[in-house]
Amino acid sequence: MVGLICARLLAAIPSIIGVIIVTFVLTRALPGDPAAYFAGPAATQQAIAEIRHSLGLDRSLPEQFLVYVEDLARGRLGNSLSTGQPVVEELLTRLPASLELTALALVLSVAIAVPLGITAAQRPNSWIDHLCRIVSTAGVSLPTFFTGLLLVYVFYYLLGWAPAPLGRLDLAYSPPPARTGFYIPDSLLSGDAATALAALRQIALPALTLAIFTLAPIARMTRAAMLSVLSADFIRAARANGLARRRIVYVYAFRNAMLPVLTTLGMVFAFLLGANVLVEKVFAWPGIGSFAIEALIDSDYAPVQGFVLAMALVYILLNLLIDILYGVIDPRAAVAA
Amino acid sequence: MAATPKDTLLVLVENGPNSLDIHGVGTTFRSYVACWNLYDRLLTFGHKTSPDGGLSYDHTKIEPELAEEFNVSPEGMSVTFKLRRDATFHDGAPVTAADVKWSLDRAVTVGGFPTFQMAAGSLKKPEQFVVLDDHTIRIDFLQKDKLTLPDLAVVVPAIFNAKLAQSHATDKDPWALEWMKTNDAGGGAYKLDRWIPGQETSFLRFDEWKSGPLPKIRRVVLREVPAAGNRRALMERGDADLSVDMPFKDAAEIKKSGAYRVVGTPVENSLQYVGLVTKMKPFDDVRVRQAIAWAVPYEEIYKSVVYDICIPMSGGPANAPTSAAWPQPFPYKRDMEKAKTLLAAAGVGGGFESTISIDLGDATQSEPTAVLLQNSLTELGVKTRIEKIPGANFRNAMLEKNRPIHIASFGGWLNFPDYYFYWGYHGQNALFDTMSYQNPQMDKLIDAARFAADPEVYEDLTKQFIHIAMVDVPRIPLYQQILVVGMQKNITGYTYWFHRQLDFRPLDKS
Repeated sequence: MVGLICARLLAAIPSIIGVIIVTFVLTRALPGDPAAYFAGPAATQQAIAEIRHSLGLDRSLPEQFLVYVEDLARGRLGNSLSTGQPVVEELLTRLPASLELTALALVLSVAIAVPLGITAAQRPNSWIDHLCRIVSTAGVSLPTFFTGLLLVYVFYYLLGWAPAPLGRLDLAYSPPPARTGFYIPDSLLSGDAATALAALRQIALPALTLAIFTLAPIARMTRAAMLSVLSADFIRAARANGLARRRIVYVYAFRNAMLPVLTTLGMVFAFLLGANVLVEKVFAWPGIGSFAIEALIDSDYAPVQGFVLAMALVYILLNLLIDILYGVIDPRAAVAA
Repeated sequence: MAATPKDTLLVLVENGPNSLDIHGVGTTFRSYVACWNLYDRLLTFGHKTSPDGGLSYDHTKIEPELAEEFNVSPEGMSVTFKLRRDATFHDGAPVTAADVKWSLDRAVTVGGFPTFQMAAGSLKKPEQFVVLDDHTIRIDFLQKDKLTLPDLAVVVPAIFNAKLAQSHATDKDPWALEWMKTNDAGGGAYKLDRWIPGQETSFLRFDEWKSGPLPKIRRVVLREVPAAGNRRALMERGDADLSVDMPFKDAAEIKKSGAYRVVGTPVENSLQYVGLVTKMKPFDDVRVRQAIAWAVPYEEIYKSVVYDICIPMSGGPANAPTSAAWPQPFPYKRDMEKAKTLLAAAGVGGGFESTISIDLGDATQSEPTAVLLQNSLTELGVKTRIEKIPGANFRNAMLEKNRPIHIASFGGWLNFPDYYFYWGYHGQNALFDTMSYQNPQMDKLIDAARFAADPEVYEDLTKQFIHIAMVDVPRIPLYQQILVVGMQKNITGYTYWFHRQLDFRPLDKS
């Protein structure tokens, strides 16, 4: 197991180097001149030149790259011009916000989609199968900002059940002391149940919005995987041997169907982490996606580079985790790796 | 959910500050709200009540703020400020003339926008700021300039706690730009409570503040809510007190429904306009520019782009300008026959092809405007393509001065027509002369008006250059924008400022 982890991590090094080079070149190739943009509303050519110099943008590309790599080696990702903060700090506060939201959304989504997919696979073309199809089609075809706004309209504006969509915590509460960066576990760890509840109330609607969107891939994948496993020979053998249906479905079939579901989960998670910009906008969620988009629009190089790098690291860790889980679920996968 | 406490204001904004230091590189206009309330200046502007009862700053009244009094020398070449003896910074240190000098030195030295803004008021060298004693400072003038005193009351010449800032300065960063970006070194009516960039900025009243009557509101929280629909929902449910950055559609609807109060104030000295690059064919011909000005569908733009929340700049009298007011309506309105005749006279009666460039950062206004303009121009046989430029790139594109037709806006902080023309029309070809317009006759008039001492002469010169702008139309004004702010009915004291951001001090909640 340790060997596997080390091998995986070593194999990731070339990809990280590639990511560093590609993001550097890509951000420089973007149209737009950050110096002109940040020179402010009353800039002269001279003022812009001064800013270009102070940002180091008047040096040659290889020189800029060397400076960037040098800073990177010291753990510095530079400053974001648009928010004025060091990129490392921004990522450290925003990444947990995105992770907490995405993780909760996936838990919700799995809790609904997996049972739905399993049941649908057992009775193809029954009402439950149609329900599964309708739910997943509807979920994936509703844009997340629409679902989000609709939920806000119904649960906040009309019914008043949900708190105002104002980010991670209501005004009356202050964030718990940071241990993990996740508000709910942090406030529980410091024994503050009221804050934990407030954080949970804030996260409920955005998590639900994301969950609805991700129902489809998970439910459909579960159903497809279960269908193919359920028609396999060893299941027929188990049935012929008179094993209990429950045992056949959940122990033999589901365990074998879990691999593709797990792969899908990993992909969905990684995708959501950076791509739920619209949900972040609707719920004023201080996540990593909207941060990166805004930086991109402002031609703000440092945060874009930092974001891509952070996402690459998250991907690598996520894939490592999934590989390890493969081995736990199906020992053959571990041997093959 | 309950409404916010009585002495707390919850203000909704689309985006928040990115820096607390007005002198920093990349400080956006969203930051002015912090810079304005955290810091005092030597001078400030007085207040006035407009005919409809709205409150506004008054650019004609200059009043002392951190200074107790100020006296312009008899020959008019310097001004002496006596500082308030009891004024302190947020950390308790007394405000001294040395702090003032350090702050003004910083503004004229750091380069970029602050230095530029100071120079607009002929404040260019540290030697101009002379400390006489602990509480007296003199500013020497390089020349008599009517903009010098107003320029000391804008956001830039804020007074910083020099000792505190210097203790965070480094050899590489002698002006502590890095530290002041995120820290409060002020003595203004509000001090920084907490700042989470991208989410929330909260301010606490500075109870020892001496430069004016103590504000009523103890705590102000700016919360960033990017979705306009949510800002509206929060206001309608009474969970927030004020909402800036309202879309025009929301403002028009709320005005009708009366769910909360919407206050609109014209943005002074500013115009949304269609620019025509005069060095490019066929816009080098004045008749083509006039033809376009007659072909702009003004009424449609007012109705469907800004929902009639604007001051129209079309349909002025034929003998305009009748006054030296700026902005004022140009004599154009939609008249396709006139436009066709003019194009034919210019030898392009068969039409031509061109491009309309817009700023995506301002897409809610500029995109529908561009589409309406495009449709109208098609009737003249002028085929256009719309080029959408992302916010970061737009200024750069404007610098290149090769976007034949563009939709943009420009406003000046200091409310003088010659100030607007100096940046927008003068042959010095500043960034804001996006039309690359050069006319020596106009330059002469602007330069003369800039330092004209006699009000009558000034008015006459102003009328003359406005007249040239109307006849030559390198820039076709569409409308003067209106700044709309939504607030609950129990909020009083909202005051419009040239920087368009909230001043917390006069606000109250009943």
